Amino acid sequence: MLLGRVIGQVVPCIVTPGLEGVPMLLVQPLDKTLKPKGKAIVAADSTRMAGLGELVSYEGGREAAMALDPSFVPVDHAIIAIVDGVNITA
Amino acid sequence: MILGRVIGEIHGTIKHPFYESRRLLVIEKIDQYCKPTGDYLIAADSVGAGADERVLVLDEGNGARQVLDSKDGPVRSVVVGIVDDVMCD
Repeated sequence: MLLGRVIGQVVPCIVTPGLEGVPMLLVQPLDKTLKPKGKAIVAADSTRMAGLGELVSYEGGREAAMALDPSFVPVDHAIIAIVDGVNITA
Repeated sequence: MILGRVIGEIHGTIKHPFYESRRLLVIEKIDQYCKPTGDYLIAADSVGAGADERVLVLDEGNGARQVLDSKDGPVRSVVVGIVDDVMCD
């Protein structure tokens, strides 16, 4: 998983069956110091609760789709958790 | 599997049910000489690793789900070992 910041929302008018009602959010990937790194991605929100500006943790690859129900959907990034805090101690 | 060093943890109230009561560690990837590569990842813990410890991270979904005893958990990276020493010529 990696850290990201929600920077926007994507509103599709037609989606593949199984993805109806799943929020699609624009996520800017972050490095470990929470600085933006790379290009923004679109991620399905498995928590259904992430909002603009929030720090989230997202999974990529096949595991992303497994966070959703039904899990056999064409999704390559999914928000797994809304991050309250990042504790870098070492 | 990859080598890493635990540099911290993340916590959050709202998360996928699979991650309830699981520790999520921030892992800095390191090379064979234990130098940071600059990359990082967040992995679920299965061994009780703590900050500044060098660890072995399994970064593959099917193996990770097997380790965490789950059939359909959305997990790809899991800490599977604590490394005492790395010997490399």
